Amino acid sequence: MDKPFAITLNVGSSLANKTGSWRTLRPVYLDRLPPCNHACPAGENIQNWLYHAESGDYASAWRALTMDNPLPAVMGRVCYHPCETACNRGQLDEAVGINSVERFLGDEALKRGWKFAPPAAESGKRVLVVGAGPSGLSAAYHLRRLGHRVKIIEAGPLAGGMMRFGIPKYRLPRDVLDAEIERVLDLGVELELNRKVTDILAEMREGSFDAAFLAVGAHIAKRAYIPAGSAARMLDAVSVLRSMEGDEKPLLGRRVVVYGGGNTALDVARTAKRLGASESIIVYRRTRERMPAHDFEVEEALQEGVLIKWLSTIKNMADQGTLTVEKMLLDEKGFPQPTGEFETLEADSLVLALGQDVDLSLLDKVPGLAIENGVVKVGPNMMTGYPGLFAGGDMVPSERTVTVGIGHGKKAARHIDAWLNGKTYAPAPKHELAEYDKLNTWYYADASKTVRPMLSLARRTSTFEEVVKGLDETNALFEARRCLSCGNCFECDNCYGVCPDNAVIKLGPGKRFEFNYDFCKGCGLCVSECPCGAIKMIPETI
Amino acid sequence: MKAKPIQDSAMEMQPIKFYQTATFTVGNRLLGEHERSVQANMRRTNSLNSGHRACQGCGEALGARYAIDAAMRASASQLAAVNATGCLEVFSTPYPETSWQIPWIHSLFGNAAAVASGVAAAMRVKGREDVRVIAQGGDGGTTDIGFGCLSGMFERNDDVLYICYDNEAYMNTGVQRSSATPPAARTATTAAVGSAPGNVFGTGKNVPLIAMAHRIPYVATASVANLRDLEFKVTKAMPIRGSRYIHIHVPCPLGWGSAPADTIKVARLAVESGLFPLFEAEHGEIVNSTKIRRKVPVDEYLSLQKRFAHLFAKPGDSTRIALIQAIADHNVKRFELLA
Amino acid sequence: MLKQTEGSHAVAEAIALRRPEVICAYPITPQTHIVDGLGEMVKTGDLANCEFINVESEFAAMSVAIGASAAGARTYTATASQGLLFMAEAVYNAAGLGLPIVMTIGNRAIGAPINIWNDHSDSMSMRDAGWIQLYAETNQEALDLHIQAFRLAEELSCPVMVCVDGFILTHAYDRVDVPAQEQVDAYLPPFIPRQVLDPTQPISIGAMVGPEAFMEVRYLAHHKQLRALGLIPQLSDEFKRRFGRASGGLLRTYRTEDADTIVVALGSVNGTIQEVVDEMRAQGSRIGSVSICSFRPFPLDATREALGRAKRVVVMEKSLAVGLGGHLSDGVRKSLSGIVLNGYTVIAGLGGRPITRSSLRQLFRDAEQDELEQVTFLDLNADLVAHELAREAQARASGPTAEAILRRIGTVASQIT
Repeated sequence: MDKPFAITLNVGSSLANKTGSWRTLRPVYLDRLPPCNHACPAGENIQNWLYHAESGDYASAWRALTMDNPLPAVMGRVCYHPCETACNRGQLDEAVGINSVERFLGDEALKRGWKFAPPAAESGKRVLVVGAGPSGLSAAYHLRRLGHRVKIIEAGPLAGGMMRFGIPKYRLPRDVLDAEIERVLDLGVELELNRKVTDILAEMREGSFDAAFLAVGAHIAKRAYIPAGSAARMLDAVSVLRSMEGDEKPLLGRRVVVYGGGNTALDVARTAKRLGASESIIVYRRTRERMPAHDFEVEEALQEGVLIKWLSTIKNMADQGTLTVEKMLLDEKGFPQPTGEFETLEADSLVLALGQDVDLSLLDKVPGLAIENGVVKVGPNMMTGYPGLFAGGDMVPSERTVTVGIGHGKKAARHIDAWLNGKTYAPAPKHELAEYDKLNTWYYADASKTVRPMLSLARRTSTFEEVVKGLDETNALFEARRCLSCGNCFECDNCYGVCPDNAVIKLGPGKRFEFNYDFCKGCGLCVSECPCGAIKMIPETI
Repeated sequence: MKAKPIQDSAMEMQPIKFYQTATFTVGNRLLGEHERSVQANMRRTNSLNSGHRACQGCGEALGARYAIDAAMRASASQLAAVNATGCLEVFSTPYPETSWQIPWIHSLFGNAAAVASGVAAAMRVKGREDVRVIAQGGDGGTTDIGFGCLSGMFERNDDVLYICYDNEAYMNTGVQRSSATPPAARTATTAAVGSAPGNVFGTGKNVPLIAMAHRIPYVATASVANLRDLEFKVTKAMPIRGSRYIHIHVPCPLGWGSAPADTIKVARLAVESGLFPLFEAEHGEIVNSTKIRRKVPVDEYLSLQKRFAHLFAKPGDSTRIALIQAIADHNVKRFELLA
Repeated sequence: MLKQTEGSHAVAEAIALRRPEVICAYPITPQTHIVDGLGEMVKTGDLANCEFINVESEFAAMSVAIGASAAGARTYTATASQGLLFMAEAVYNAAGLGLPIVMTIGNRAIGAPINIWNDHSDSMSMRDAGWIQLYAETNQEALDLHIQAFRLAEELSCPVMVCVDGFILTHAYDRVDVPAQEQVDAYLPPFIPRQVLDPTQPISIGAMVGPEAFMEVRYLAHHKQLRALGLIPQLSDEFKRRFGRASGGLLRTYRTEDADTIVVALGSVNGTIQEVVDEMRAQGSRIGSVSICSFRPFPLDATREALGRAKRVVVMEKSLAVGLGGHLSDGVRKSLSGIVLNGYTVIAGLGGRPITRSSLRQLFRDAEQDELEQVTFLDLNADLVAHELAREAQARASGPTAEAILRRIGTVASQIT
């Protein structure tokens, strides 16, 4: 076309005008730390495995999850999900059911027989793990994947620690536990049962271990001074729950009183119900709000008919099973104070659930350790005062949960691995947090949380069948898709679509986006309209 | 008030359910390409390409690309556009640069509709009716100076889709008031001073309703805040033969005194407050309205814009704000904006 | 084929022969019959493959034409007087964009006061818009010029305005020779636009051009008109060869070879002038006339050649450059630059005032005696003017001029009190 000069212009000529020179601020893509990841004691990259689950690629999701945690089917049942408490969606409608999806993925893996990939190479090092509880198993798993030879020595008859001997079956079915433990061992982890380590240093020398991770847990029940008649049946919660694993179930009688306010107390009370107790009563010195047990467990217990006596302490127990109970009142500081008012309570047995202590005898001959409040202090690298001796789980200062234990195991494994190679493990610096105000929540569809189905009350109190069921695939997928993907691009194409200057380059599925700084004017629309807060503006260098 | 749509229910926009973002985001990695917007597509035309001289965060530049890309897809890229004088024309074609990637002509301020009618006639006579014609202009070029030609085009039912980008004033010449300027808004010719600051509370000039009075086949309003709705309407309009009119609300950060990064947010609030109703009409009868998702009071919309700042300066002009709220409430009722 | 037909209808037939693809026009006296005629031809199918659009204003008419032409269609419209002014913005736009639109101007005076009769003030108002302006002397030439105009426009990519005196030519019945379709087809090659809206080759037409290139663009427009100076005679020659008669061209001389006095004019008045020239020649005057056909581009060289040897030149103007004199005179004077002779401007026929042979005879005699003012208003009613000036001088709020004059003349309506 013979175009007239200046009046008519060729397509593409505007690309000579680099409007990027107008900017004073420039947008950059960044990954922010999702609050769920941040809150997870096991350090799971939750947003990442949910991302895979959203597309229905459960295998990839499971693999991503098990990079950090080898026991998802267990965790999906017993974890107290601080991730959900931190979940940003909770400020929008309700938190994403992360725990439910984790359980779904764990169960799916078991159903389909997915296995862990073996280590790429052998390091030639040997590491000893003492205790086959969650912390020990986690450490063993991670160490093995790093190519080290691992042996676990467990004092009990079965692996699992508190998962087996503390958490009731109605919360964690044993076949699930067994399968997940087996899968860890299948990586080539050696397990010796029924042997208690008494001298750790000797053990290490005899076994030619290059390092050791101790995770013996806290299995000694705390006691309180309660005068009791010689025939009074007073037990401790740890042994009651432990004995549930054997063939002989504990005989608690028709009226069972449990003394204490933690989750263990509730576990015992609910177990008692299932064993046939017509009355299962928890006696706790403070109020429900002050109870250390998780509220949903209290709720489930109450639904099952467990009774709770608040603001009460037990003074003594007579032979016939009569308990003297003193009423308490909270003072202005929240501490319970005796009122001098008493009452009696009939009980066939009294179970004390007053906390647990650690058996530290294996450390008797180890110099340089710092032991305080009955637990072993460790550095940020999970190492005790003795070089090469690492520890984690309930035996070190920590919140005592399965998840924390698993987290310790992973962290310790990494540090052990570095230490064995004469290096230090320095975790990558954390990204800034993906706070709620960084999101543009308009873009998320309205979707209420899926509630997990529960076993009917009648069946709950008569069997040890799992009380809380898992989600089916449709619901799990729906739940996963409620994730806001905080701080991490999930390729919604918004930035690509809202730029008035067509200055966002779409790189293709899975490859995210790039800014075309030749033309970006720095208006910031991309930042405003990014639903998950994965873009921010920084000053332009002039 | 509402008539049954003449097209069948397949022409209703199907919302995407069960996915994180439904139809709110531009795209979604979990959806097939055909379920995403035109804008999500890596092969979108980019009818208005980079290098144009629009202000940062310009709503009109965005709206134009949204509309024309959708039109290009709907017409298999057989499209010619006629542009009125105004911001869109000036910032897109300063010699020697043009940002348009489609056949495009600019003639005068008030004649886009007439020029487009001529282009459509030529295509018809040359047996090229597959080439569709779009006329586009700002609110000034459409509701004021171009009004006569627009009405003539409607009356003849010329085969043109007219798109008005409404930023509610003559922006290109320095933010002067047009007949589309809302009440109380500050412009260069309706200063925010005196006993009646800002624009008058007049009778208004609702061009979509006027277009409906011509009983042309299709009239719709749209907003840059709702891309899917906008694309749906353009896509629906394109295959129709005869006159069609789409009125798109586009914030102007400079003229409205809003932050460039807030352009879509402000447009969204206009819709969610009821001040800018989204609806469709066929042959003069309203057939559909897009429901408000989360209704807000007009204050939330007005307070983000400096052109309304005088309403919020101490002690606050509650009388005028109430009048504006009444307009919004009236729209909600009239266009049935709440589900 | 010979026909006895109204001037408008002849033009309509010429347009139809040119196979226009889009016709868009708004009614205004005196162009209406042209467009009415074309409209009917489209409806009956006699004019096939043509879109006829009834637009809502002249501004819309030229705008529709711009769109159609930019899309590659052969486009035609017609207007006059007020309508031409109403489309003024678009007239400039069409020329600026270089679109080969052909438009008929049924020359008519411009108000206020409103007047529907013939003069050249309308086309004069658009003389510098960048269009080629051709003036028809006769009904035949009006027909012929439209045939030449399309080719001229399309070859140059420049719009062409054909000026036809309102009522005098448009509404007069005369004998014309309407060419055959094959002849016209042979004369006009297919339209290949210089620039066109085409999805296979997208371009942006109508950019904003700033100080860095605007002068060049305008120079190129000027250059285009200068090229037309060569093309117009070429087309006219070819027309003569094909159709057997002289029509168009830059100008025509009548008995000027040895003339001392030469009269220059545009349009139909040349017919009357030639008759008076014949009469005066018979009585021994050495007088001749020049009928300028191409007013834009102005044929400076040809005019100089035609007038350069005369002693005096009388320019008859059917339009008034208020406060100055005439429009045609400017071009004539420029063409005579450096040549010393007496030049007279005569303003005549404004608003349809008849130009009679007797008035012309007297005028030319005065010219021969060099007894003319620089600027003369032919047949002006001096008494009427003097009376009105006196009336206005009496009071500040003297009321409207036109109505006062009408009352004085004694037109019927003015008797109603």
